[in-house]
Amino acid sequence: MAHITESMERMAPGPLAAAPPRPGAMRRALAAAWQFARRKPLGALGAVIIALLLLTAGFADWIAPYSYDEQIRGARLRPPGRDFLFGTDNVSRDIFSRVVYGARVTVTVSFVTVFLANLMAAIVGITSGYFRGRYDIVVQRVVDAWQSFPFLVIILSLLAVLGPGMVNVIVSLSVLAAAAASRVIRGATLAVVENPYVEAARAIGCGHVRIMVRHVLPNVTATIIVLATIGLGGIILAESALSFLGYGVPPPHPSWGSMLSGSGRTYMYLAPWMAIWPGVAISLVVFAFNMLGDALRDVLDPRVRGTGRQGRDA
Amino acid sequence: MIRKYALKRLLVAIPSLLIATVIVFSLSRLIPGDVVVLMMEENQYAQDIEEMRAKLGLDRPIHVQYLDWMSRAVRGDFGRSLYTGRPVLAELLRRLPVSLELGAVAVVFAIVVGVPIGVVSAVRQDTARDYASRSAAILGLSMPGFWLGTLVVVLPAIYFGWSPSIEFRRFEDDPWGHIVQFLIPGCLLGIASAASIMRLTRTQLLEVLRMDYVRTAWSKGLVERRIVLKHCLKNALIPVVTVLGIQVAQILSGTVIFESIFGLPGMGRFLFDAISERDYPIIQGINLVVVTTVVAVNLTVDMVYAYLDPRIRY
Repeated sequence: MAHITESMERMAPGPLAAAPPRPGAMRRALAAAWQFARRKPLGALGAVIIALLLLTAGFADWIAPYSYDEQIRGARLRPPGRDFLFGTDNVSRDIFSRVVYGARVTVTVSFVTVFLANLMAAIVGITSGYFRGRYDIVVQRVVDAWQSFPFLVIILSLLAVLGPGMVNVIVSLSVLAAAAASRVIRGATLAVVENPYVEAARAIGCGHVRIMVRHVLPNVTATIIVLATIGLGGIILAESALSFLGYGVPPPHPSWGSMLSGSGRTYMYLAPWMAIWPGVAISLVVFAFNMLGDALRDVLDPRVRGTGRQGRDA
Repeated sequence: MIRKYALKRLLVAIPSLLIATVIVFSLSRLIPGDVVVLMMEENQYAQDIEEMRAKLGLDRPIHVQYLDWMSRAVRGDFGRSLYTGRPVLAELLRRLPVSLELGAVAVVFAIVVGVPIGVVSAVRQDTARDYASRSAAILGLSMPGFWLGTLVVVLPAIYFGWSPSIEFRRFEDDPWGHIVQFLIPGCLLGIASAASIMRLTRTQLLEVLRMDYVRTAWSKGLVERRIVLKHCLKNALIPVVTVLGIQVAQILSGTVIFESIFGLPGMGRFLFDAISERDYPIIQGINLVVVTTVVAVNLTVDMVYAYLDPRIRY
């Protein structure tokens, strides 16, 4: 693994001009989006699916015909049909409504986790790559240590200690994801600080914080965006695996992972639709994030290529 | 040269492993106080709070606890299970072979499926076959393993009246059944790794195919088969070796899920049970074994890599 990081560190980043807002910025953004869609149709498809996911999560109250915990009288284990699009489960709840509300859990957990993870990763990665020396060595050994744990093993252990709950799930997931992401951000930073403009900034007396925030950060933003996009897919898989094992988001919130576990499992032999739709939802959304992430990486940051996927599990 | 590299690589691995042991050690110190009370009252692990703290090793200064814990662990004493009172190490060793068998099937599946598809995809770049395999690989990375596992158990039972056995067969009783029972969970566990390996094989082979010596081979009039398999594949597969090291950690994570679904009494299942029983010595023991395995595997992989590719310098 060391050599990959090593070779990434050596490669110089392409220049990335920070675009100041100008009249017509909106039109240019639309033009860029159109160009992206033409170059990367699959990435654009991913973006559309993600937009649908966000709309579903935002307007769940309008989209879902029933509430996620409403037990509909006389509609137990109904197959998918006109009345119930995805069928009903063993306690007469509408599966379509639960999948729709499940999008909320998925979006909340994954976006908050990825935001926290990349914030921590940016702080650790940029300072580590900027200061180097002993600080860098120590930080990198700690990152190594975190990365050596199989993710599900250490996360379950952490949750066994901290107790379940959405906050604990988010905190432990983001710490682990941050370790992996900080490695890549550090690599990008090492290349950026070699540039003459960083030396120039230092020469005119800029402080460390100013250099890191104003000169390094904008130039590693592309890397962070790519990492975050691919990371979102990984976190969704991780959260659903934890919920499946019973250590994720606690009920009554309908998480796609937990819909596949628990007491419902014995009824799946009678009602296979209970087993199918939540899994389809997870796969589709993760597929969309992976497609978009791949496309963004090709367009924005070819350096992240071939570093493997972090946080991918089970 | 290689000896110097090996030494440097060791100097990196040892501190990382030590930090990892500190993380494992800290797990039991993170247990909230009310949980300690709960362990005493609900799980009946001790008579009073003092005894409970002593059992968890929380009754002495922290550095003494760590050194004591480490010196015992090095000698193979991982403490005793709170639940059964049996030595943790013996219990671990009994379950380790099951997880290793499962992991071995997964690794073999990942290589046997991932490498050939990656080769075809690279050699026939931008054809329908290439697009199909790439999409399949992203799909393989997007589908949660626990969902696939659930479908494989549930769907054949409904439509064919057959389902994979979830009763463990020991080698002594039924050697053939013992091996066969690992095939389905092992292959499912290997899908994500196969997808990663396919993607990496493809990108690496594409790079090698553009090299000068390959053009020379073409102009000599060699057949495609010989150029690809004899001249290119060896060089392209070197980086794939390192990814196998990363896959080991992922596969270890996956054992938690697949051993639970398919009723295999391995380490993953052991961890899952220990977590629900709040059996912290077992949780720590498993983490310690697993993290040491991952560090050792990555160390070995990097050594093998340096041997295979003499250009690599740390």
